Amino acid sequence: MKFDSIFDLVPLVVFLPLLGLLINLLFGQKLGEKFTGITASLATGLTFVVSTLLAFGLNATPNPEPIKLFDWISLGSFNASWSFRVDTLSVEMMLVVSGVGTLIHVYSIGYMHSDVRHNGDPARYRRFFLFMNLFIAAMMILVCADNFLMMFVGWEGVGLCSYLLIGFWFEKGKDGIGNAEAAKKAFITNRIGDFGLLIAMFLIYWNFGSLDFGTVFAAAPTVAATHPTAMLLITLFMLLGVTGKSAQLPLSVWLPDAMAGPTPVSALIHAATMVTAGVYLMARSSAFYALVPTAQTAVMWVGAVTALFAATVAVAQNDIKKVLAYSTISQLGFMVAAVGMGATVAGMFHLVTHAFFKALLFLAAGSVIQGVERGLHHLKSDVEIDPQDMRNMGGLRKQMPLTFWVYLIGGLTLAGLAPLSGFFSKDEILVASSQGHSAVFVVLLIAAFFTAFYIGRQILMVFFGEPRSAAAAKATESPRVITVPLLILAALSVLGGLFNFPGWLVMDHWLARTLGEGEPLAFLWSVAEISFALALFGIGFSWLVYGRKSLPKDQPDPIQKGLGPVYNGMSHKWWVDEFYGLIILTPYKAIARFFAKPVDLGVIDGAGNSLAAATKSLGTWLRRFQNGYVRSYALWMLIGLVAILTYLVLR
Amino acid sequence: MIPLVYYLGLAVILFALGILGVLLRKNALVVFMSLELMFNAANLVFIAFSNFYQILDGQTLVIFVMTTAAAEVAVGLALMVTIFRHRGSIDVDQTKDLKG
Repeated sequence: MKFDSIFDLVPLVVFLPLLGLLINLLFGQKLGEKFTGITASLATGLTFVVSTLLAFGLNATPNPEPIKLFDWISLGSFNASWSFRVDTLSVEMMLVVSGVGTLIHVYSIGYMHSDVRHNGDPARYRRFFLFMNLFIAAMMILVCADNFLMMFVGWEGVGLCSYLLIGFWFEKGKDGIGNAEAAKKAFITNRIGDFGLLIAMFLIYWNFGSLDFGTVFAAAPTVAATHPTAMLLITLFMLLGVTGKSAQLPLSVWLPDAMAGPTPVSALIHAATMVTAGVYLMARSSAFYALVPTAQTAVMWVGAVTALFAATVAVAQNDIKKVLAYSTISQLGFMVAAVGMGATVAGMFHLVTHAFFKALLFLAAGSVIQGVERGLHHLKSDVEIDPQDMRNMGGLRKQMPLTFWVYLIGGLTLAGLAPLSGFFSKDEILVASSQGHSAVFVVLLIAAFFTAFYIGRQILMVFFGEPRSAAAAKATESPRVITVPLLILAALSVLGGLFNFPGWLVMDHWLARTLGEGEPLAFLWSVAEISFALALFGIGFSWLVYGRKSLPKDQPDPIQKGLGPVYNGMSHKWWVDEFYGLIILTPYKAIARFFAKPVDLGVIDGAGNSLAAATKSLGTWLRRFQNGYVRSYALWMLIGLVAILTYLVLR
Repeated sequence: MIPLVYYLGLAVILFALGILGVLLRKNALVVFMSLELMFNAANLVFIAFSNFYQILDGQTLVIFVMTTAAAEVAVGLALMVTIFRHRGSIDVDQTKDLKG
């Protein structure tokens, strides 16, 4: 095959997952769990193969033309088509999504097998894989779109899949609607962000006359010179969209609740891929942000503050997945801050390594949860304990050695210990911030310290000490279908740093073809030493608090005494949910109630009802004339006739 | 020669009697007879004017009215027989089931 025709394969990255979905939809129920899981994994795996082929193709042909599938909307001068953009940035995203996606699909074959049984509805197994394949297809549309409109289709598609999968066990959760509420919260919060993105798109069309990436980014310098306000609005509204999708402040509230979904969903959608769509969007639009320093500053601070905020909250969480959720928000903050500082490559590098180690951590957490569930099942007791609560765990490294080791690798990578991949990617971001953004640099360093501390705390609480519940003591290791993807992800987490190893800078050169040549960030020993020392210090500190002696059962968190009210704030997520409830939800509900009761029931329904009542009473009055007596009809006929005749005669 | 007014006066009296009969009597047969009385009052007016103006149109019309009345009586009596079989009476005030 010639290498310039290879790009014609790109629509397959969308159609292969859709094909998998279709096959499972039609035959999945009949052919059973194995078939469903393998088909879905195979569809995603083949997508990864296609993405790899595209990457090789890009080596030979650096900047191919977009592949147009067909026209979509053509109205006057407005044109939007389904065309696929193959460049280094989109292919990098494709590789991450399909690569990590495949591993998570394989893992789900094992995980969902026990999850559907633990939750008591094995028939839902197929549905899970349908949604997962749909998600991969939507994510692929998002990353390989060649215009904002097609990208928006993918953007909404992943939002939909996120909603469906958060609410996968929609009848479970707090009061039987907890999960459904979480799904709704995610969807509505994202809607606010999408509103911002839509406004940005309208403004782009208004000022540029097109939504195609090529046209728009080429014209950006001209428009920035003539309409600086428009550019500022575009970038800021786009930032609103990013805060929604990537769970940044002020729209970060949905991601922790999204942990209601099954664990592979948290790994794939709410850690590795969908939530990074915002970072991808800003990397894609870096031509815009480079022209608007004000917006860059805003993006940078949103990212940095989010990174610190979420890292502090993660310290005081007790749910194993909630810790990782806040960690994800925090790490996304790092990426957003990097993109805001113009260090797009650093942001994308961290996106890739984060996809590896956070997917690893989530999947390993899933393995832990199911280990405890198996222990719980083994006990056959009626005692209900939360298998996700870290206070019920402890000492699991003996029962689940493999999970322990991969978790340790993931945790140390997150903490940023050299030479694991997280160290290099985070270091690049810190280097970028150390050059002229000292305030952000300090904020990010503090966040990095908290990161090391909370992940150290988590590992010590889960895997060390004595088991704090009978279920944890009886926990067993997961089957191989779960552990093998974990091992591969662990290897990737360890080696991921090679993608942009200082000196080689493979990713810098690779992305430079799309983002333009820039000065690669130097590797600064001083910064590296500080961040390494902070990571060690954070982990060491967590050992002092949680590891030195075995954590007692049913005791308050040891750090609670030292921090006092600060701990209270952390464990209550700094009351952000309550704050939103007070300033937005309460007035909103009051307005809604006003419109529901006096306006809708009073005015609108009132008009309809009183018209009906008037008609009815008129009818009641008129029915007196139809009394069944022939003579009375005759009389009325007579009266009528006389009246008409009188009128005719006297006229 | 009897003046036209006398004929018209008689017709009015007959018509009024017919109306009163229809409105006031209970027996369906009597109601029917009263209806015929009204028909004939009208017929009388036709004849009177026909004679007064010396035009035959009125007399022609009277023949039509009498034919129609005969047909109507045929239908009406048939209805009455059926009602009588159902209810054992032809009191018009008892047939009042159709009402709002």
